[in-house]
Amino acid sequence: MEVKDKKSKESGILKRIAGPVVTAVNLDAHMYDVVKVGKEELMGEVIKISGEDIIIQVYEDTSGIRPGEPVINTGLSLAAELGPGLLTSIYDGIQRPLSVLVDKMGDFIQRGVSAPGLSHEKKWTFKPTVKAGDKVEGGTIIGEVQETNIVHRIMVPPTAKPGVVKTIKSGDFTVDETVCILDDGREFPMIQRWPVRVPRPVKEKKNPTIPLITGQRILDGLFPIAKGGTAAIPGPFGSGKTVTQQQLAKWSDAEIVVYIGCGERGNEMTEVLTEFPHLEDPKSGKPLMERTVLIANTSNMPVAAREASVYTGITIAEYFRDMGYDVSLMADSTSRWAEAMREISSRLEEMPGEEGYPAYLAARLSEFYERAGLVKTLNDRSGSVSVIGAVSPPGGDFSEPVTQGTLRIVKVFWALDAKLSQRRHFPAINWLNSYSLYLDSLHDWYDKEVSPEWNKIRSWAMEVLQKEAELQEIVQLVGSDALPEAEQVTIEVARMIREIFLQQNAYDAVDTFCDMKKQYDMMKTIRLYSDLAYAAQAAGVSPGQINATKSKNDLPQIKFIKDYKPALQKIEKEMDAEFTQLRSAA
Amino acid sequence: MKEYRTINKIAGPLLFVEKTEPIGYGELVNIVLYDGTIKRGQVLDTSDTLVVVQVFETTAGIGKDSGVRFTGETIKMPVGRDMLGRILSGGGKPIDGGPEIVPEKRLDITGAAINPWARASPNEFIQTGISTIDGTNTLVRGQKLPIFSAAGLPHNTIALQIARQAKVLGGKGEFAVVFAAMGITKEEANYFMQDFERTGALERAVVFLNLADDPAVERIITPRLALTTAEYLAFDVGMHVLVILTDMTNYCEALRQIGAAREEVPGRRGYPGYMYTDLAGIYERAGIVKGKKGSITQFPILTMPGDDITHPIPDLTGYITEGQIVVSRELHRKGIYPPINVLPSLSRLMNLGIGAKHTREDHKKVSDQLYAAYAEGNDLRGLVAIVGKDALSERDRMFLEFADLFENRFVRQGLDEDRTIQGTLDLGWELLSTLPVEQLVRIDRDLINKYHPKFRNAPKAT
Repeated sequence: MEVKDKKSKESGILKRIAGPVVTAVNLDAHMYDVVKVGKEELMGEVIKISGEDIIIQVYEDTSGIRPGEPVINTGLSLAAELGPGLLTSIYDGIQRPLSVLVDKMGDFIQRGVSAPGLSHEKKWTFKPTVKAGDKVEGGTIIGEVQETNIVHRIMVPPTAKPGVVKTIKSGDFTVDETVCILDDGREFPMIQRWPVRVPRPVKEKKNPTIPLITGQRILDGLFPIAKGGTAAIPGPFGSGKTVTQQQLAKWSDAEIVVYIGCGERGNEMTEVLTEFPHLEDPKSGKPLMERTVLIANTSNMPVAAREASVYTGITIAEYFRDMGYDVSLMADSTSRWAEAMREISSRLEEMPGEEGYPAYLAARLSEFYERAGLVKTLNDRSGSVSVIGAVSPPGGDFSEPVTQGTLRIVKVFWALDAKLSQRRHFPAINWLNSYSLYLDSLHDWYDKEVSPEWNKIRSWAMEVLQKEAELQEIVQLVGSDALPEAEQVTIEVARMIREIFLQQNAYDAVDTFCDMKKQYDMMKTIRLYSDLAYAAQAAGVSPGQINATKSKNDLPQIKFIKDYKPALQKIEKEMDAEFTQLRSAA
Repeated sequence: MKEYRTINKIAGPLLFVEKTEPIGYGELVNIVLYDGTIKRGQVLDTSDTLVVVQVFETTAGIGKDSGVRFTGETIKMPVGRDMLGRILSGGGKPIDGGPEIVPEKRLDITGAAINPWARASPNEFIQTGISTIDGTNTLVRGQKLPIFSAAGLPHNTIALQIARQAKVLGGKGEFAVVFAAMGITKEEANYFMQDFERTGALERAVVFLNLADDPAVERIITPRLALTTAEYLAFDVGMHVLVILTDMTNYCEALRQIGAAREEVPGRRGYPGYMYTDLAGIYERAGIVKGKKGSITQFPILTMPGDDITHPIPDLTGYITEGQIVVSRELHRKGIYPPINVLPSLSRLMNLGIGAKHTREDHKKVSDQLYAAYAEGNDLRGLVAIVGKDALSERDRMFLEFADLFENRFVRQGLDEDRTIQGTLDLGWELLSTLPVEQLVRIDRDLINKYHPKFRNAPKAT
């Protein structure tokens, strides 16, 4: 994983070692150069230059390393290997494939082992899409590889100058073999390397207008994220961040998913690894793993590699975006990334900002989220990267720096609530605190693709929930029987919206994914109940009688039925009949 | 081995040694006192001019005249099968009057991270016989599930009951318990030891004792020694190891003490900014490795200062571990044992270890329904205090009664009461049957027909 030479290699010696931060002298280095530290050649990156001292963060454990050992500067910056072979891979924070590491060093992560991100032996069938004499420039697609069920489009590196194709090959090649030669003699293999800390260039950033459909009712229905948008999921531990992230990784209608497990639990990554190959993509019917790239730098793996993991992830996401795909990237959790920055920063003895975090925390966060977006790529296609970041605020306190720094940038806020998760209301997303700033730009899409009624019915549901919150405050003081009768109906309708529409069982085979049509149908039936109930109440039927109607009791079961339409129609018919009877009796 | 007499400064547990040859980071250090006593330490920071050594014992007696020997290797621990049944100090020295450990291997105590690719997904249900754990916060083999408790609550009794009763249904393989005490009192330690002896568990246990009057800094290595032993027993010998770490709060205090001595920039409430990473280095040493017979299941116990679950110690722990069992003062005051409050408790790996293949098909949904109903009933208690029971609707009254019933029947059980999972689930159904069937919205009809006491014995419609 290294890119573009800056200058000749140099070697220096180690002066000081203090955990993951070491100091070298007699070394000619630039910021963010990749260096090899000590006799074991541990991988590190230059993060500070102070007089003669070159300060390096090391991506591996530094125990036993002594002053006086050599340091070699590769002169390259930390870069990702991009090309066929990325999909279905699982990497650590610096793009070393974990399966290769197991083969090389056993079940435990040892150090001093390098492993390239892509297999350099495997041959891929390359089909050219340009011919000799064609003009190409940075980003031009020159061929295709059927990688999984996804077509991997091979592009000219984005920074390459324009040229004319002299020879283009066809057949089976490794990623290093030249597949395209230009008139001026430049040769391109399938692989390209890109420094992870630098955003890949695009022609133009556009405003997103299409929602990323996730199959989660509260997200798609109430607080949608757009393709190319940004969202944050902050919540205390146990509120369901990881389950929500995994649901998005499974069901969101992106074509490529990049999942970054940044400083999280080992067993959780294993769960993803064992589950994904068996899950089917609802669209293609192929295993979900075939469209997924996983990055797993668990909490006990080296902290500097954790810092790098989000950059590695977003670079891979941008690469697929450049091919014209819709990519969604989940980062779980950005707080662990921020903590890695804090840990490195305190070892550098930098002046701390809020709560010990470095003063540049907010800047780093915004740089990262700004790499999301719907774009016109260099090859004039439309591609997008949607970024969904989990935040783990200490003590569930949203006023802490990482949550606040994130909220200033992202457009969608899904506020997880420990109170809801304690009563097993999942997804435990608080409907009063959450918001989506994409509602207006997605309005037309919902009008056209779901129903012209959808936007109205959504606002209605939000109003009912808001009203319920106000009424609940009164109920807390006087009890629900003391409310006016119409408001008792409101309480019941709100309860239905919460329990039937908002609650969703991620572990139920049917309920785990709910498309927009079903969401609309469910909400419509609740609305029908609401209309009938208010009409009955106005006609003099008591709330007790209204609540005792039986037809609505079958409504929650609709969630678990795949072919739900007949059952739903039956409920609507019964509802109608029951209320007609009630009204005539009154 | 060269001995240096160039200590320049001593501050708290730290020694600053000058003019050495190149010394490796993390090396084990022996400090020789004037009377020949040897104390141990570790290199925290090394450069060509100064080496900072953290001493694992009290620095009493160390002076500028003390000798410092760098051993040239990181801290390694001798491990062997004959450690079973032994009692060791928090620093790993035998204190039961028995012989030295005969090492079969010497292992680095920091341990290496298990490659996530090499991990096997934990899915074997462990029956603890406690309904609030088995039924609603199921433990699986290879999980790390801490007990969040507070001063004056019976967390030790609960931990012992779990250690005593835990079994894998129809499971084979040898068991072992590794018990690491950090800064607990002699009295508490005796309580554990007596129970181990009474039940014969000691033969299959390795005990590490760092008591309240032992040096605080030693606590930094105690859990690491325990986990290194556990890893050896699990992955080399092939045993199923249950690790009990108590009390993690004392460990974190020791971490803060060293951070302060090093004059580091403190994080929240004075704890070091790297505490998350440090704790992860302990808790993540649980799990199952593909192709290996054994497993490590962790039960860390911590006392929440001021019963505050947002305190950095429980907070960071909760972010790393796979759930938490929360012990409640309120239930304890009501005289309910075990006083486990299921509402803030959680087992993240529960779904992997339950269902038709492991326990019973209705497990997940019964558990969800119990949670939802109890949460609702519990909320109503607040309301009743203001408006009185009479102002409640019929529906609300039923939920209120359910909450009491849940605490008295489901939560409450005897010290030696070992409930089967079937018993726990049936009990759950029995309690749920006090609510109208249409209120059981979390459970699908088929399961209700099959398990609900009202229907399960009813003749089947043909």
